[in-house]
Amino acid sequence: MSRQTSRLDAKKVNSELLTLTYGALVSQMLKETENTEDVNKHLERIGYNMGVRLIEDFLARTTSTRCLEMRETADKIQQAFKLYLSMQPTVTSWSSAGDEFSLVWDHCPLSEWVEMPSNNGLKYCALIPGAIRGALQMVQLDVQCWFVQDQLKGDPVTELRVKYLKRLEDAVPAGED
Amino acid sequence: MNMSSSRSKSSILDKPLRKGKGEVSLAFYALLFSEIVQYSQNRSHSIQDLQFKLSEIGQDVGTRLLDLYFVRERNSKREIKLLNMLLFIKSTLWKVLFGKEADKLEHANDDERTYYIIEKDALVNKFISVPKDKGSLNCAIFNAGIIEAVLTRSGFPAKVTAHWHKGTTYMVKFDDSVITRDKTLDDR
Repeated sequence: MSRQTSRLDAKKVNSELLTLTYGALVSQMLKETENTEDVNKHLERIGYNMGVRLIEDFLARTTSTRCLEMRETADKIQQAFKLYLSMQPTVTSWSSAGDEFSLVWDHCPLSEWVEMPSNNGLKYCALIPGAIRGALQMVQLDVQCWFVQDQLKGDPVTELRVKYLKRLEDAVPAGED
Repeated sequence: MNMSSSRSKSSILDKPLRKGKGEVSLAFYALLFSEIVQYSQNRSHSIQDLQFKLSEIGQDVGTRLLDLYFVRERNSKREIKLLNMLLFIKSTLWKVLFGKEADKLEHANDDERTYYIIEKDALVNKFISVPKDKGSLNCAIFNAGIIEAVLTRSGFPAKVTAHWHKGTTYMVKFDDSVITRDKTLDDR
């Protein structure tokens, strides 16, 4: 039995189910929490928890090896977007040191059908930077992610900035290497 | 085309409705659902509380699905007959939403208000193992919430609960008024 096709077959679900479920979660949080800043933090945390577990799925599916520089990492992140959210952000705006880049997209299944009142501090898609941070932490990369532009706030595209902070040396579990 | 001026602030209602064939990874959805369960659990004191919260989130989803699917799948025509409405949920809605129809639709022998929609493997339960001390918890109450909202918002007020029976059974209990009205429709 070939593992690639049967066991690791990428199962799919309707993207609208995801859109609406995520929307329901966000609105539930807003109902229960007064402070939008807390909701942002909580969404980021949820993304982080997902990222920590998604990275394993990603490594199993793609047989990726360790990235040697950020450009490779950016490619993998782009691949992960395709794999998990069926969307293709572009990687651009590299800093000259090569440690910071932007992911830009104009369509995302999480934020479809969403309209936000103006002057609202909510970062609706905060789950995504959380997931990136969580996933990369599991491969010993400490990064910082933040939104530079957000379509939901009237910008033409959504731009997420990712910055490399440091390698996490201590995170290697005992027995590795 | 002189639409540019109005384009500047286009709302979602100005955009065409997508075909809805988009797909995302099940792993991603399953993890998100697991986070939703954990989030709700952290904020509830009992299993009933948790079920109530999950159902509420499901209802939010169902409310929005209702119009979407009637517009797209049924040419904006709503169902007025009880049985047709249940069949719509079992077949059309479940098929588009979860990729397969629900397995069975049954009518309770002893109570004309009660129907059962039975599904062997609910998608949301796929990766969930319920701890022994919470045996009665069925996270598919989220799906039950979807059904409840779809029924209630289309004029068939009902309460829907999820139970462990032949996989997952959604128990649909209609208001008396629904049954009475459906009978007068039959008579005509």
